[in-house]
Amino acid sequence: MQYDLTEEQRMLQNMVRRLAKEKVEPGAARRDVDGEFDWEMVELMRENGLYGIDFPEIYGGSGAGMLAMAITVEELSKVDAACGLLVADHELGSLPIMLAGNEEQKQRLLPRLATGEHLAAFALTEPAAGSDVAHLRCRAVKDGDFYILNGRKNFITNGGVADIITVYAVTDPEAKGHRNAAVFVVEKGTPGFSVGKKEDKLGIRWSDTVELIFEDCRVPAENLLGQEDEGFHIMMKTLNFSRLGVAAQAVGIAAGALEHAVAYAKERESFGTPIIRHQGVGFKLAEMTMRTEAARQLVYKTCALYEPLPKDMSRISPELIRMSAMSKCLSGDVAMWVTTEAVQVFGGYGYIKEFPVERMMRDAKITQIYEGTNEIMRLIIANTL
Amino acid sequence: MDVIVLLKQVPDTETKIKIDADGKSIDTSDIKWIVNPYDEYAVEAALRLQESDGAMVTILSMGPERAVEAIRTALAMGADKGVLVDDPATEGSDALGKAKVLAAALRSMDFDLVFCGHRAVDDDENQVGIMVAELTGIPHLGMAVSIEVADGKARIERPLEGAKVTLEATMPALVTFGGAHAVWNPRYASLPGIMKAKKKPLEQKTLADLGVSPDEVGAQAAKMQVTSMGLPKERQAGRVLEGDTDEKAKELTRLLHEEAKVI
Repeated sequence: MQYDLTEEQRMLQNMVRRLAKEKVEPGAARRDVDGEFDWEMVELMRENGLYGIDFPEIYGGSGAGMLAMAITVEELSKVDAACGLLVADHELGSLPIMLAGNEEQKQRLLPRLATGEHLAAFALTEPAAGSDVAHLRCRAVKDGDFYILNGRKNFITNGGVADIITVYAVTDPEAKGHRNAAVFVVEKGTPGFSVGKKEDKLGIRWSDTVELIFEDCRVPAENLLGQEDEGFHIMMKTLNFSRLGVAAQAVGIAAGALEHAVAYAKERESFGTPIIRHQGVGFKLAEMTMRTEAARQLVYKTCALYEPLPKDMSRISPELIRMSAMSKCLSGDVAMWVTTEAVQVFGGYGYIKEFPVERMMRDAKITQIYEGTNEIMRLIIANTL
Repeated sequence: MDVIVLLKQVPDTETKIKIDADGKSIDTSDIKWIVNPYDEYAVEAALRLQESDGAMVTILSMGPERAVEAIRTALAMGADKGVLVDDPATEGSDALGKAKVLAAALRSMDFDLVFCGHRAVDDDENQVGIMVAELTGIPHLGMAVSIEVADGKARIERPLEGAKVTLEATMPALVTFGGAHAVWNPRYASLPGIMKAKKKPLEQKTLADLGVSPDEVGAQAAKMQVTSMGLPKERQAGRVLEGDTDEKAKELTRLLHEEAKVI
């Protein structure tokens, strides 16, 4: 039995690690300060085929699977979490199409997403509700061959740069929460769709996070994914998969901060010895290493379990749902803890922008919040026990 | 057009090197291996000919089983096929021994051009490429930073101190590549390339397949012996000079003159 990465996965890991060191890391601090979306990074992902990792081969993807995607997101996030998010969020935005799209929709939309020519985003959260999906308000009303969308979405990653946005909207306010909504594909430039305020964030600062506004936005009926009442299930299944991307991002942030902390602790001397030899620091680093590796193994294992699952709307077991929630929750918590401890290892130097652990600590926080807060993750875990 | 790239797997330039107990070689137990960076420039140059002229690019390497990984990396970058000469009898070969094996392998292959790095970053001998050209009886164009192919000729540029020389040879020819990462900017093994790499042909050969006698190669045939190997001295901590600018300049001049003896 194989309990290891395949040769391809190892090659991919080496390749992305190198690409991250050579092409992503050098500009990470500048991008964090500027907070401007960087198309050069998008181009780098496109050139190296990193947008279509988990896309089926028949739609122009690499069919390399969830674990390959997670490895990529992890390696990118080690040096720049917002860059890792480019890949993870693209997967999130595309998943509803992969899972619930009909053949015509897949053929029409997926090939250009697989190459990264088109970027994707997923729009669920609204000003008044995020995790509490029963209180989402964005409406879709059928009008002949169109659906008319009205409402606002906020905190939408890639919202302002995406060509294809999968949008969650209520189709029947009278129906129960898990039967009242649908997911629509909204293409950039659709009349009535506009991009609102751009958020100024604590971390992942150059990632594009915006408000989306739908005002009598006419979406062709052929852009409805699945059935009118299937939105909730599409969204839940999408998130079960996509949480692994965020989990991998969190592992990457932790691993990146850990690398810096270990290197610094071997170099920096106090009282005549490298600080890693002081037990207070050495044990801290040991704990950081253990937790990071444990989170990584959970994420890899879960990805491996998700790999054979068909990309359709078939049911997934409570155990697999739990594995995904545990991966995202544990990794997020580990990333926050490890980065905070990394700042501590650096002491005063950890608190200033000349060293990257300060940025990593800010970047880590979001992994406990988005793709379902870690409180919601614990709820899912408890509910599936 | 057929281009064969001679490729060597070397320790990662970021690996911490340890000297083996014998004092003559490095301890390879915990080493991460990569494609020799100069050979990577050669692969990049070959792949550009693949794009522009439809060249068929074959990777030829010698080494143990692990060298397959280096060949696969080049296949993932876009090379068409690979050949590995893997024979325990080649172990301990000097540059000439290695060149004999590679030249023998070339004899059974079609090629218009043979590319390789001008040196490998592990032992820095700068010899194998040139020796292969000599043993194969073809011209050698050294340390190229650019290459053009037209009318059965290969033309390269090589930087000289503050100038540039252009050299030309009739094909078949062997070109060794110089320059730096920024000159060649070799492509990464893209994900689609990685997914395809394993399906590309990779042949493994032994000395017997090449008709080379084990007596001609390996440690016992080596005309050159490594007598010892040592690590550079650990760098001393820097020194900060105190005082005003005048005093510091004076002290610095004195140190450079009396201690460092460089002025």
